[in-house]
Amino acid sequence: MIELSVTKTLREFTFDVELRFESGVTLLVGPSGAGKSTLLRIVAGLVRPDSGRVALAGRVLHDGRTDVPAFRRDVAYLFQDYALFPHLDVLDNVAYGLAARGARRPARRRVAAAWLDRLGVAALANARPSALSGGERQRVALARALAWNPRAVLLDEPFAALDEATRAHVRDEVRATLAALDVPVVLVTHDESDARAFGGPMVRLERGRVVGEKESGAVHQ
Amino acid sequence: MIRAAVAFGAALLVLFIAIPLATLYAHLSPARFGALIASPDALSALRISLATTAASLALTLLLGTPLAYALARGRFAGREVVDAVVDLPIVVPPAVAGLALLFAFGKYGLAGPLLDRLHVQLAFTTAAVVLAQLFVGAPFYVRAARSGFASVERVYEEASATLGMGPLRTFAHITVRLAMPSLAGGAVLAWARALGEFGATIMFAGNLPGVTQTLPLAVYLGLENGDVDLAAALAVVLVTIALAIVVLARLLERRSA
Repeated sequence: MIELSVTKTLREFTFDVELRFESGVTLLVGPSGAGKSTLLRIVAGLVRPDSGRVALAGRVLHDGRTDVPAFRRDVAYLFQDYALFPHLDVLDNVAYGLAARGARRPARRRVAAAWLDRLGVAALANARPSALSGGERQRVALARALAWNPRAVLLDEPFAALDEATRAHVRDEVRATLAALDVPVVLVTHDESDARAFGGPMVRLERGRVVGEKESGAVHQ
Repeated sequence: MIRAAVAFGAALLVLFIAIPLATLYAHLSPARFGALIASPDALSALRISLATTAASLALTLLLGTPLAYALARGRFAGREVVDAVVDLPIVVPPAVAGLALLFAFGKYGLAGPLLDRLHVQLAFTTAAVVLAQLFVGAPFYVRAARSGFASVERVYEEASATLGMGPLRTFAHITVRLAMPSLAGGAVLAWARALGEFGATIMFAGNLPGVTQTLPLAVYLGLENGDVDLAAALAVVLVTIALAIVVLARLLERRSA
């Protein structure tokens, strides 16, 4: 479970949120500029809140006294443009989180290959990210985010970079993959059709505040 | 008409640059060049040049890399001033740089008493050659590295952090790797500038054969002593290295584009 109770002064408004994310997928919706990415970045440790507390599975990640740096949080983050490392091939991209944790090269490449296989992109192992299509990048980025068993997974607009044709297909795949995880997953989207397709618990954010919480189905304003 | 005039002007300048350099190669027969370049004086200058430029390049990378990163990414007071100061040696005349180094590190200079107490003499030693090269060469590296680091998108560093890599390993595996074409290009330029260093070296380190006499100084001394052939042979070495560097810089540029 992610526990979040933070404030942060942003340019347009003050971000002030108190939320809990249980295991399983929670959708975070709202108009662009509502503070959705800020929320993810605070949980990941990429942005420091002005005050408050962040905890994951009982472990304090941030409060008045401690601030666990991003690289020690074990929180996976899927960036909007995927941020695949351009100088590494697909396999080494996916193995990166395991390398960070000291896994030996053969072992980490084996795990990475298994994840690529699972997401149906095993054939791309030796390709460079620049050679991939949007949907392929998305799958590789997801494999990279999940390959090291993170304690939470944050996805920032994971379908925004995809064209309409691949979008529905990839969305179903991602939903199936995420459903198998036993950790909190927060998926940000501003697209209502994504929200409908996913179902499940949903939080709506506007101007840095929670304006709606729903266990499942569409959020009513 | 205009096109012809432009072509004529362009050809004139290209020939003006190429022909004098080509005459250096034409001056000596291959056999005579081989004999001259194997002479003790030439080998000593070559050795000093290689050793000192290797040392100044190492110092440039060691000190210049953190500085370039701070200039590219840091938000600190006086960043603009630091930026400008680092660029200064590129426009300051080398002889002036040599005089400044002498005033700072010479026997009667600012740091003179301190160096005296430590029984260290810098001016007119091989170390002075290295310092002169560092002074004039490092800015070329810092400039290139700064823009290289600035062009690395932050999201890659953030992705590395969320995947569990600490700041130092992220710097090594992501930032440096992505900035590598700029870093390598800057290092090549800085090294080339150090290799060609003359003015600051002769002011601050003197022209002592076997101690501070680098290739450019040996070229100068060769001409002064009437040994034009030796000067020409060493000049050929320097021009050939310069040629290789220009080609290498082009290749690095192409790779980064």
